[in-house]
Amino acid sequence: MSAILDHLPEFWEGLIVTLQLTAASFLGAAVVGLVITAMRVSPVGVLRGIGTAYVETFQNLPLLVLLVLAVFGLPEIGIKADLLVTAIVVIALYEAAYIAEALRSGVNAVSAGQGEAARALGLTFGQSLRHVILPQALRTVIQPLGNIFIALTMNTSLAAAIGVVDLTAAANRVNLMEAQPIPIFVGAGLAYALIAACAGFVTGRLERRLVMVR
Amino acid sequence: MSNLLFDEPGPRARRRIRVATVVGAVAVLGLLALAVRQFAANGQLDAARWQPYATWPMWRYLLDGLWSTVLAAVVSAAIAMAAGLALALGRLSRRRWVRLPAAAYVEVVRTVPALLLVYVVLFALPRYGLDLPLFWKLVVPLAISNAAAFAEIFRAGILSVERGQNEAGLAVGLTHGQTMRMIVLPQAARRVLPSIVSQSVGLLKDTSLGFVVSYAELLYSGKVLATYNGLLIQTYIIVALVYLVVNASLSKLARTLEARQPRAHRPRRRLARA
Repeated sequence: MSAILDHLPEFWEGLIVTLQLTAASFLGAAVVGLVITAMRVSPVGVLRGIGTAYVETFQNLPLLVLLVLAVFGLPEIGIKADLLVTAIVVIALYEAAYIAEALRSGVNAVSAGQGEAARALGLTFGQSLRHVILPQALRTVIQPLGNIFIALTMNTSLAAAIGVVDLTAAANRVNLMEAQPIPIFVGAGLAYALIAACAGFVTGRLERRLVMVR
Repeated sequence: MSNLLFDEPGPRARRRIRVATVVGAVAVLGLLALAVRQFAANGQLDAARWQPYATWPMWRYLLDGLWSTVLAAVVSAAIAMAAGLALALGRLSRRRWVRLPAAAYVEVVRTVPALLLVYVVLFALPRYGLDLPLFWKLVVPLAISNAAAFAEIFRAGILSVERGQNEAGLAVGLTHGQTMRMIVLPQAARRVLPSIVSQSVGLLKDTSLGFVVSYAELLYSGKVLATYNGLLIQTYIIVALVYLVVNASLSKLARTLEARQPRAHRPRRRLARA
């Protein structure tokens, strides 16, 4: 137990980095995912194609491969960025594909009459998406989005494999110094479980508040 | 394709669609041109830097890596599916002391990163005298974490079988175990097949953690190759393309299987993979 208490500052810093990674990349993923979804339901064939290609590509590549490619490969073509920023951008782009897929299933779940009504009122594509379709679509996919958030939190630990000192890396370092793996790794696991539990609690509340009974 | 948001376009809408088409195409071409310019400006387009990947020894090395990836994925999928089936049956059991531990396992493992499990197997277990061979250092954590995902898939599949099937089985005098084995499970198995395949894509992606374990799967082989020939970006792009081809084919298979199922039989999945 003292292994954790003696190294509380290291754990705390790791936890902060993990939270930064999670929050920033989820925000980025939500924005990109929204844009990709809008492209995939648009009447423009080229944009639909780009959106589908994006989702297919990022869903079929391992995140670790993307991280390694960005961290070790991109400097070779003159693109250099801070390690943490690189990790955030890559995780955001990767998770955006999953968010886009979830949102699209939400859009498909909105009944066709809603879209027809919006057009009958003379709303444009963008207006009907923003005011009519998306607010309803979002409510049906709160649970899937919460699951994606939890999976994203778990995935931020992969940043440890490319040198970001997040919670997983901090636990590993403390273990190398103290050699008391059980309390250290269980502690780190509990911290992740706590983040996931918070996310689960929030999505549960949101869902009860926002869900529409049909 | 969803045409929820637009009708057959009129003349003005057609013009707008044409404009958006051109803008989208130009944006993509612009990005591509920018990428090519970055490659060229840093000398990464030289034929000498790509030529090695036109030779057989390089590919043989990478394909050996791919073989190890597939081996690790197949073995951990087999273990995870067996454990997942047991957990799913446990979670649906009528006995509380079976149901609760199974539920706890699924809920806990879902919220622990796979990399943390890998570190436990790499650094914690040897301290307690359990030093697994390299292959198992990758397979064991993957099997542990994917067992939970497979358990949820099987549970959804079993629950999607109509209750009447179970009742009919019991009515003709089969025991609970026999009903499950001979009536419910065969139907559930057919329904969960697409989910199983797409979960296997996720598992195949997870084997890239061999990079951390230094088990010579595809990504680690790429790392070794890049250290040896210094062609970092080229090697990792080739590795990414190999993953893309393999996983995209598997995802296509999952979609084909799904399309062949009657809509009413598709189980609802709870675990989103991301």
